[in-house]
Amino acid sequence: MATPPGMFDGMRSVAPLLVGVIPFGLIFGVTAAGSAVGGGLGYATSLIIFGGAAQLAAVQLFTEGAAAAVIIATALVINARHLMYSAALAPHFREFPRVWRLGLPYILTDQVFAVTIIKYETERDPVYRRWFYVGGGMALWIIWQITTATGVVLGASIPESWSLDFAIPLMFLALLVPALRNRPSILAAVVGGVMALVAHDVAYNLGLMIGAVAGISAGVLGERVGRRG
Amino acid sequence: MGDWVIVVVIGVGTYLLRLSFVGVLGTRPMPQWAEQPLRYVAPAVLAALVVPAVVLSDGRADITPLGNPRFVAALVAAVIAWRLKGVAGVIIAGMGALWILQAIG
Repeated sequence: MATPPGMFDGMRSVAPLLVGVIPFGLIFGVTAAGSAVGGGLGYATSLIIFGGAAQLAAVQLFTEGAAAAVIIATALVINARHLMYSAALAPHFREFPRVWRLGLPYILTDQVFAVTIIKYETERDPVYRRWFYVGGGMALWIIWQITTATGVVLGASIPESWSLDFAIPLMFLALLVPALRNRPSILAAVVGGVMALVAHDVAYNLGLMIGAVAGISAGVLGERVGRRG
Repeated sequence: MGDWVIVVVIGVGTYLLRLSFVGVLGTRPMPQWAEQPLRYVAPAVLAALVVPAVVLSDGRADITPLGNPRFVAALVAAVIAWRLKGVAGVIIAGMGALWILQAIG
């Protein structure tokens, strides 16, 4: 069977971004397997949630014994950025059959959004368009499943003296630095980080949520002040 | 609530966030009051994850190289993240710095 048009191009466009996804997936699997969450549920988050940062935050909060509502709210705040992606893709997806519009969002990620929205500026054919998204989305999905599962299998055999848990904040750091695009986003990060630090002892493990909400508010305020000045 | 139930609720919620405009809300533009805060979710959340993890040592803030080598290692990694793209280099630099500091300390 011939590959549908666009599918291979989608895979090829997302391929350079997989270089970052592979260590992320491996370390997530190792960390989940070594935590109180365990390998089974840890890997299941790759299938059920399929979003690295939210999966990592959930594992961290599970390990700290946080309340269900806190774990759910924190993970969903982290994934709220998908609303933005969904809004940007909606005009392009409108021409796809309904079953495609229901299925495609499951494989939406930061990386696939980034390559797709650029491709759609120049590519008009709806069949090519949806297979391009499928190619990129499935490539990333498959790599994420393989690497997180491999990490889970390796997890138990990695000694604690390697301090591999430190790779988690390092991964978030690697994602944070490119997100500091302008002054309001730097302000959002500074306030978010400092508030999460100050609030780390707050009851119900709400520190991360407090930091997130404070940082987002600071970014919005900073943008308004900057526009006026 | 069981751990599995929590994961399923997060999974369904995440799917609905992804589906929102594509499947249900359609092509109406996102109101500005919603769109503006979303731009700052990534920097705020990521910093809120990183800062306590690298500043706290045994539950207390400590940024001395001997007391908390993780903070210094994170600074090294931040410089690498700023100069280069990609997760792999940042992790290698940060882990390498931590191992060296732990070996010295």
